[in-house]
Amino acid sequence: MERLYKAKNRLGLVFFPAFDWAISPTHPEREERLLYTQDQILEEGLKDIEGIEEYRAYLAPDNEVERVHICVPDVRSRVTEAHLVAAGGAIVAGRKVLEGEVDKAFALVRPPGHHAFRIVHGARGFCTINNEAIMIEHLRRHYKIKKVAIVDTDCHHGDGTQDIYWHDKDTLYISIHQDGRTLYPGTGFLEEFGGPNAYGYNLNLPLPPETGEEGFLYALENFVLPVLEDFKPDLIVNSAGQDNHYSDPITNMRFSAQGYARLNDRLNPHIAVLEGGYSIEGALPYVNVGIILALAGLDYSFVREPDYSPEKVSQSPRITDYIARLCEETLQAWQKREELRARHFQGKDRVTRRRRIYYDTEGLMEYQQETTLICEECAGLSWIDSHTDRGSHILAIFIPRDACARCQKEGHALFEQTETTFYRDGIYLQDRVEDVLLKK
Amino acid sequence: MLIGLDMGDTHTDAVLIEGGKVIRHRKSLTDREDPLETIRKALEELLSSCPAEEIQRINLSTTLCTNAVATGQVSPVGLLLEPGPGLNPGLFACGQKNFFLQGYVDHRGKSVFPPNRGEIEEADRELQRAGIKHLAIVGKFSPRNPEHELFIRQCLSPHYEFITLGHRVSGKLNFPRRIYTAYLNSAVYSTYSVFAQAMERFIEEKGWKGPVYVLKADGGTLSLSPSRSLPVETILSGPSASIMGALALTPVVDDALILDIGGTTTDVAFLAEGIPLLEPQGITLGGYPTLVRALLSYPLPIGGDSQIKIEGNRLLIGPLRLGPCRALGGPCPTPTDALIYLNRLELGDKAEAKKAIQELAHHLGLSPEKTATTILREMASFIAEKAWRLLEKINSRPVYTIKELLLPRILKPKKVIAIGGPAFYLQRELEEALGLPVEVPSLAPVANAIGAALSQPTAELTLLADTALGVLTVPEEGLKEKIPSSFTLEQAKERALSLLRQRLSRLAPQSQGAELEVVEAQSFNMVEGFYTIGRNIRVKVQVKPKITPLRGESNGKAI
Ligand SMILES: [Zn+2]
Ligand SMILES: [Zn+2]
Repeated sequence: MERLYKAKNRLGLVFFPAFDWAISPTHPEREERLLYTQDQILEEGLKDIEGIEEYRAYLAPDNEVERVHICVPDVRSRVTEAHLVAAGGAIVAGRKVLEGEVDKAFALVRPPGHHAFRIVHGARGFCTINNEAIMIEHLRRHYKIKKVAIVDTDCHHGDGTQDIYWHDKDTLYISIHQDGRTLYPGTGFLEEFGGPNAYGYNLNLPLPPETGEEGFLYALENFVLPVLEDFKPDLIVNSAGQDNHYSDPITNMRFSAQGYARLNDRLNPHIAVLEGGYSIEGALPYVNVGIILALAGLDYSFVREPDYSPEKVSQSPRITDYIARLCEETLQAWQKREELRARHFQGKDRVTRRRRIYYDTEGLMEYQQETTLICEECAGLSWIDSHTDRGSHILAIFIPRDACARCQKEGHALFEQTETTFYRDGIYLQDRVEDVLLKK
Repeated sequence: MLIGLDMGDTHTDAVLIEGGKVIRHRKSLTDREDPLETIRKALEELLSSCPAEEIQRINLSTTLCTNAVATGQVSPVGLLLEPGPGLNPGLFACGQKNFFLQGYVDHRGKSVFPPNRGEIEEADRELQRAGIKHLAIVGKFSPRNPEHELFIRQCLSPHYEFITLGHRVSGKLNFPRRIYTAYLNSAVYSTYSVFAQAMERFIEEKGWKGPVYVLKADGGTLSLSPSRSLPVETILSGPSASIMGALALTPVVDDALILDIGGTTTDVAFLAEGIPLLEPQGITLGGYPTLVRALLSYPLPIGGDSQIKIEGNRLLIGPLRLGPCRALGGPCPTPTDALIYLNRLELGDKAEAKKAIQELAHHLGLSPEKTATTILREMASFIAEKAWRLLEKINSRPVYTIKELLLPRILKPKKVIAIGGPAFYLQRELEEALGLPVEVPSLAPVANAIGAALSQPTAELTLLADTALGVLTVPEEGLKEKIPSSFTLEQAKERALSLLRQRLSRLAPQSQGAELEVVEAQSFNMVEGFYTIGRNIRVKVQVKPKITPLRGESNGKAI
């Protein structure tokens, strides 16, 4: 007589609610955020299900962070232990999958990370370091995986993840989010299509406010899944933000727990990592149970919010049409990416862009000028001249993972030859071939 | 005089302790058909010449409920569930009749959707028609707000013999386990009630004065008459009696490992600074995971009577027990035969043990001497390997705060206490395999009964206060009361301790001296918009676990 319920997919859970950490006492990123989610997971008895295994998170060491970020002046001045545990939790989740201990994993960790860029001067959009990117680069370093797809279903555009993988065509970044004209961080449009060496590998689908369940699932079926079919990733990661929920206090969408469960069922990611989601009582407990059941391959049809009604997740016909056109247009751009790349970058040997990056937690403004060598052999050498309105000034040089001999040589030469007098806070070289971060 | 009795599947052990010393102990065979008679006889013989008024306390550990479940001798149970949204509730329909009722209480204890009287009354009629007399009413999140369960009971006709309410079985959150626990409690109610009544009558007839307690799986006791409404608490108390016995015989203040080596299995348990670890959720019985609080005890499929066979040219010990050792006429060689061969133990027909070992030696191409020592070494290293793996798992349990992650409490046993029949003869091999000093107390074979005799009442309580809702709930007591918005964590702790004191005096009237402690205390700011609207306070209190050590060992007199 066996009373335990058995999961179809072995699922690893890393649950780290950080019950003793908050950005500030009344901030949405506070101790209480995952309290009711924990209650719901416990009450549903999910950890008793055979095949669902919970693992302890750990503190990611600094070098794991440095593989992705250049923290100014260094990791320890920018991050707290909570950030390192969130990143470490994601790493544990990823390792369990690649070690074959489980088929899938879900890292329910906080604080989130998808607004954290390569260069870190502070916290933005509740994020300081990018949990998914740190996990993915750890996994790439230790296991044989090449092509990774990140599907970011947080309501906010994951501008940090976009920045980190801007030049990397082995990492396809797809973000479905509320249109940046109506929500933080204000970016995430189709024109943001990737750097010159990875053009088309950054796909944004800005959905209009009041998009309902139907709209999300339409975008999944008619845009995300066809692109993934084409790309054929070795690993699919879901940045599982839960702020598209109809009850979320800081967004305007109409998604539900059922919807999130169906999305994960269809998307079938190897690893899901929690991002945002601030309806901590009305949404998160149900959404997380839905995602856990869907990932484990179990019946989620009974999961629903107590106040659910079909009207809460409906959308207008105008929105339905708009989303259909948006999906069509974006899918076509993806299919024509080589052609578009040639049109934009033919005859150029480098590309320079300037931008301003706002850190809302500190109220700090960063000014970047980024130059990237166009390279047919690798993701291309990049360097960023970055200064802030607080007077900090650095040069950051990035030699990519797969750098060709030329890009490696030029990167080292730039690091050697640039005078430190101009950059008062130092010159950094992130050398991914050697897997080191140098500073002078 | 303190009396302890542990009725196991095969043997029933009883001890009499006076002035901190074991005065008498007695081992008899368990008659599984008539457990009451087994206990009566054991007590009568143990107490034959004792003055009735000198008996201070009788503690009983029985397998009555455990066996009732194992053999299916249980009453049919009607389950009235209020599952709300979540997992498919059909999975937990373990009753003879199951009803999935409307209504929902959420994680904060808010009644989101009310139960429906008409639906309940219809279920009531159907249960009546089916002649079901035992019910369990279980709602999701009922420990957060018991009102729906109470309402359902109130809507039923008064014709039932016994009804278990989910919130009364535990304050822990786990709906499936709450269902199973409540189900089992109602299923064994009749069997247990008949036994408890007969026991009370018997003690009264004998004129024995001391109160009667029953053992629980958490190494504590509960007095006999209140145990009738919580019979599920008495399941699987045997392993805990042994752990408590080991502790009484060998007081420890450090981390330690306890091994209870039996005929078929070896139970592994751990002590953290001398206090036994608990199962994180509750014990599992007959495939039913429950919320019954229990000492963590992990059975390994190896013991003195484990079957030894050879596969290829490797020795395999266990996991089965086919019978006693060959020296006692069993069908196959066992580690006990190896002990007899090596002259460590005198038992049965030595020539037969010798023959058994020689046969194995022949297959392995080793000397019989070497074969016998290899058997014992392999047995010890199997136990060691599994015990350390279990320890690793315990030490890597998830934690939820940064503080615990940075300063983890790592369990690191400094010694081993081994009890059970074969323990003494395996001491050397165990020390070698575990790399730790192994103590085998001299009364190890009756440690279980000693543990039973010396165990003290235990109880716990969970308090949840939500100052935004202005409500405090204590599920185990079925209590829901109003609190002011200024209610603090300190007040919550005080209230929980005073309620636990009351609960304890009801469950174990003679336990005034017990020390209480707060084991968990958390307070979360609840925020709406950008304003703090209140605090979510969670407190768990318990009777501080305690065992009275024996004052110096005495071998007493076996009768
Ligand atoms: Zn977000
Ligand atoms: Zn290159």
